[in-house]
Amino acid sequence: MSDTQEVDIIDQVVSQEYKYGFSTDIEMETAPMGLSEDIVRFISSKKNEPEWMLEWRLKAYRYWLTLEEPNWQNFDLKPINYQDIIYYAAPKEKIKLDSLDQVDPELLKTFEKLGISLSEQKRLSGVAVDAVFDSVSIATTFKDQLYEKGVIFCAISEALHEHPELVKKYIGSVVPYTDNYFSALNAAVFSDGSFVYIPKGVRCPMELSTYFRINAENTGQFERTLIIADDNSYVSYLEGCTAPMRDENQLHAAVVELIAMEKAEIKYSTVQNWYPGDKDGKGGIYNFVTKRGSCEGAHSKISWTQVETGSAITWKYPSCILKGDYSTGEFFSVAVTNNRQIADTGTKMIHIGKHTKSRIVSKGISAGKSHNSYRGLVKVNKRAENARNHTQCDSMLIGDRSGAHTFPYIEINNKTAQVEHEASTSKIGEDQIFYCNQRGIGTEEAVGLIVNGFCKEVLNQLPMEFAVEAQKLLAVSLEGSVG
Amino acid sequence: MLSIKDLKAEIEGKKILNGLSLEVKAGEVHAIMGPNGAGKSTLSSVLAGRAEYEVTSGSVTYEGKNLLDMSPEDRAREGLFLAFQYPIEIPGVSTTNFLKTAVNEKRKYLGLDPMEATDFLKMMREKMDYVEMDKSLISRSLNEGFSGGEKKRNEVFQMAMLEPKLCIMDETDSGLDIDALRLVSNGVNKLRNKDNAFLVITHYQRLLDYIVPDFVHVLYKGRIVKSGDKELAKELEVKGYDWIKQEVEANS
Repeated sequence: MSDTQEVDIIDQVVSQEYKYGFSTDIEMETAPMGLSEDIVRFISSKKNEPEWMLEWRLKAYRYWLTLEEPNWQNFDLKPINYQDIIYYAAPKEKIKLDSLDQVDPELLKTFEKLGISLSEQKRLSGVAVDAVFDSVSIATTFKDQLYEKGVIFCAISEALHEHPELVKKYIGSVVPYTDNYFSALNAAVFSDGSFVYIPKGVRCPMELSTYFRINAENTGQFERTLIIADDNSYVSYLEGCTAPMRDENQLHAAVVELIAMEKAEIKYSTVQNWYPGDKDGKGGIYNFVTKRGSCEGAHSKISWTQVETGSAITWKYPSCILKGDYSTGEFFSVAVTNNRQIADTGTKMIHIGKHTKSRIVSKGISAGKSHNSYRGLVKVNKRAENARNHTQCDSMLIGDRSGAHTFPYIEINNKTAQVEHEASTSKIGEDQIFYCNQRGIGTEEAVGLIVNGFCKEVLNQLPMEFAVEAQKLLAVSLEGSVG
Repeated sequence: MLSIKDLKAEIEGKKILNGLSLEVKAGEVHAIMGPNGAGKSTLSSVLAGRAEYEVTSGSVTYEGKNLLDMSPEDRAREGLFLAFQYPIEIPGVSTTNFLKTAVNEKRKYLGLDPMEATDFLKMMREKMDYVEMDKSLISRSLNEGFSGGEKKRNEVFQMAMLEPKLCIMDETDSGLDIDALRLVSNGVNKLRNKDNAFLVITHYQRLLDYIVPDFVHVLYKGRIVKSGDKELAKELEVKGYDWIKQEVEANS
């Protein structure tokens, strides 16, 4: 294929109409624009929080004031004006919600439209859902059935009242507010999110899922998720997210903390589909998230699986701290960028316990004029005898105007460690596409087939209910990326 | 079935085909031979619809339709199949998944419902036996890590699955040892019938011992300069191409 033809093909790139770009017209209650101690107090009082929570928020806020935005990332970040953001937006509640029947029908319709049914009869079987709309949790399904098994699955704002001892013990224990700029900001202003506790010896009987929806204009989304799996327990959790199409960039700065006790296993999957902005890079979500899990107990395991297709900028490193001996951390990632999207993502595996294992599989796909970076740290501490890591990091380029970058960092302080790193970069070939065409497979289909093949190892990790959805999402994100 | 008239084609301004004409009827096997650079692979690429080749004049009619107006995928769905000289690898995509997509895309084009999974697998098994395809190959990623012979056999297997009307085989014999050549040829011979036609492009007569052609054409400087039956191929094997080149130069 000649250069000119390739350019022609790329010129035909059109942004696929973002399917979830609608907005819901609903009466909202919002905080005044901007950030101050008063806003932090406002949010805390809205949630009717205990005093200790407010104190923690204020400490985080004061700490945040001393920080500067990071600048080590592999992209230019236009300065964000934190006074131009609304930090709290919630649909107006007329009465206290006791059941789903009292939820505003507009909201139920919104989630229906997104394919998330909250009404009893149409619920996705085998999946419990917590639906978060802007700053508040709207509804959590199957809560009672789960509670019978001792599983707590609710909004974090609710957990603060119902299970304050658990929240107080674990919040900020894996991601302290001092961790980074955005984790400090989140600690100060987070409004809602999900809370999960799986008691000792319980295998959570269904997939848990939180669906985040940004709706309001000029708002930021700052949720906080906390999952605790006690000894010998298991949970699989999935988060999904979408947002309306808006011309301004909206900030999403979430924090997720996972805690796995002895022999516990947490599987955390993300299908991220925030609005990516238009084809010229106007609008879209800044997805700046701190996700970290701690394998506290021996033989515990935490797996992160992420399929990142949306957002103008995705900037996150779901990580594992492998404290328990024989604990395992896994990171499976597919990041797709098209048009002007940017992704700087990867993981950190910190080996502290003995005989700890980690595995990293990262698949980056860049199309259009996008840039996709893998950044990952494997660190083996002095006392982490016999640590093992295997990293596989593959990049695929579509067209000749996109970029793929790899930044692996390896710090080994124990000579018994075995660390392997494999990397590859390939270009989706015109030859591959023509081969498919010659068998009667159209170009869009062919790209989908080739990309799904490239990502197979990661997609296989997703819960079955979502794997098909993720495959479709990949194809849609790349629609129009090849002529 | 196929009627090529005075076809001229070029790539990046370089003229490759210079007025090629050829008639192919159902049930026939035509061999296209010729020295390196004669335009053999260009012919297969143009017929399959590779974008980088530009047709500057002439016409190609396939089953009464203007082939050159069709997209590569529509040509395939209409029953044109190219067995590639260098089959492409697609990591992570199994031959089964690939073929299921291909078969169902063709069915969609023809207004048929997708095949039921069980029917499809049954068809796979039958065709595998028919062309003596190694069963372990089809669950592996398409052509990935296949030997040269395995790739070519996979092409013939795909041909069996897609049941094309016109099969173009682009130097299928290149890189095959004698056993693989026999297996591939056996497969092709089983697929020959009165309703389909084959265009067998090759350098060497050897393949034509197994796939016996009805017609042999010599391609030189982008035109067919001599046609005959299978005896012509044997003559070429003995005498080489120089005498044909001389004939052409003398006539021009």
